[in-house]
Amino acid sequence: MKPRGSSRRNELSMFGDALAQVGACGLFLLTVLAAIPRSLRHIKETIRQIWFVGAMSLVIITTCGFFVGTVLGLQLYYVLSIFGGTAALGTVVSLSLYRELGPVVTALLFAGRAGTSITAEIGLMRATDQLAAMEMMAVDPVAYVAVPRFLAGVIAMPLLACVFNALGIFGAHLVGVTWLGLDNGTFWSNMTSSVDVWTDVVNGVWKSCAFGAVVALIAVFQGYTTAPTSEGVAYATTRTVVFSSIVVLALDFVMTAFLM
Amino acid sequence: MTQRRSYQVGTGLFILLGFAALAYLATQTTSVANFQQGPSYTLKARFSNVGQLKLRAPVKVAGVRIGSVKAIDLDPTRLEATVLLSIDDRFKDLPDDSAAAIFTSGLLGDQYVAIQPGGSPDTFKDGDEFVLTQSSIQLEDLIGKFLVGGGPSKPGDAQDGSKPANPDDNEPGH
Repeated sequence: MKPRGSSRRNELSMFGDALAQVGACGLFLLTVLAAIPRSLRHIKETIRQIWFVGAMSLVIITTCGFFVGTVLGLQLYYVLSIFGGTAALGTVVSLSLYRELGPVVTALLFAGRAGTSITAEIGLMRATDQLAAMEMMAVDPVAYVAVPRFLAGVIAMPLLACVFNALGIFGAHLVGVTWLGLDNGTFWSNMTSSVDVWTDVVNGVWKSCAFGAVVALIAVFQGYTTAPTSEGVAYATTRTVVFSSIVVLALDFVMTAFLM
Repeated sequence: MTQRRSYQVGTGLFILLGFAALAYLATQTTSVANFQQGPSYTLKARFSNVGQLKLRAPVKVAGVRIGSVKAIDLDPTRLEATVLLSIDDRFKDLPDDSAAAIFTSGLLGDQYVAIQPGGSPDTFKDGDEFVLTQSSIQLEDLIGKFLVGGGPSKPGDAQDGSKPANPDDNEPGH
């Protein structure tokens, strides 16, 4: 009887911990949002962070976008050729990239490439008491450290997703038209006649803005609340990737259901 | 100092690149690329059935796109579909006895509005209505008629667009 009761209490307390974590993350979001006006003084820091999380991620984003496009081109060409509908290749590739794959894959890559480094950097600042030192020097660490990274994520993600999409279309064009011999005009004209600016392209941009905010928030929060040990930083970095992947995919479902 | 300037320039380039990619996607790969919407005027057409006609579907004369479908509505009293067509101002000289018909591109393609020019010396003005319209041809009705022997359809059955020679069927709105 006794161990059963205690294990139930353990589960309960684990559930409570998870809930407390979510609540703390929400409160942290409010703190960050409230600190945005104060962080305008540190606009150069925000620019440096956009450079770091955005421009430095271009290599992985362009490479992955290109290969996702080529694979989509090959697979969909195979499926469409069963129905004799290979002319729709451009349409299918562009719609799946703009609506789903572009924002989601970019967000997952972004969590791995930029989210981890944000968490590790802030975690080490916490572990080496740099954040406490800032407070002693009357520098608000939320406005100087957390907000620039959060803003950089929100700004950089949609831009990265657009680059990803463009490279994906290029890859699919290379496979479909140059390699498999689809007609160039058919590829583009079918795409342009069935892709809409607002419902497809702009909705994808909104999605990636939301994903950027979520990934950057989780990364900054995990770094900010890490246990001040090397093990704590390691756990926090892992949790950043795991949590942001889960939240991005879940949020993707919710946003798709509402934006359709 | 030079290092700080270099990453600021790099960040600017990155943002520029991102917006260039967005502009490319929005203008070259979407329906915006098909038709530069210049100044246009609006014509109205009534159909007893618009089938699968969608907003922004093309309006064509002789197979060439001259405009797009701006709005599709149901007239609450006459219970007919009212379709507003936005036509490019370059094509101002459509004769006012032209006929509008809803066709399908290919067997299973998207539907579009085709305008068959008439011979009247007068031309349409902004807001004018087509007198002659021909509704969308429903494949199911054609198959049904074929199966029951293709006899003459009941009056009020709007799906007679397959026989434009009959003037009654040519204007189901009247």
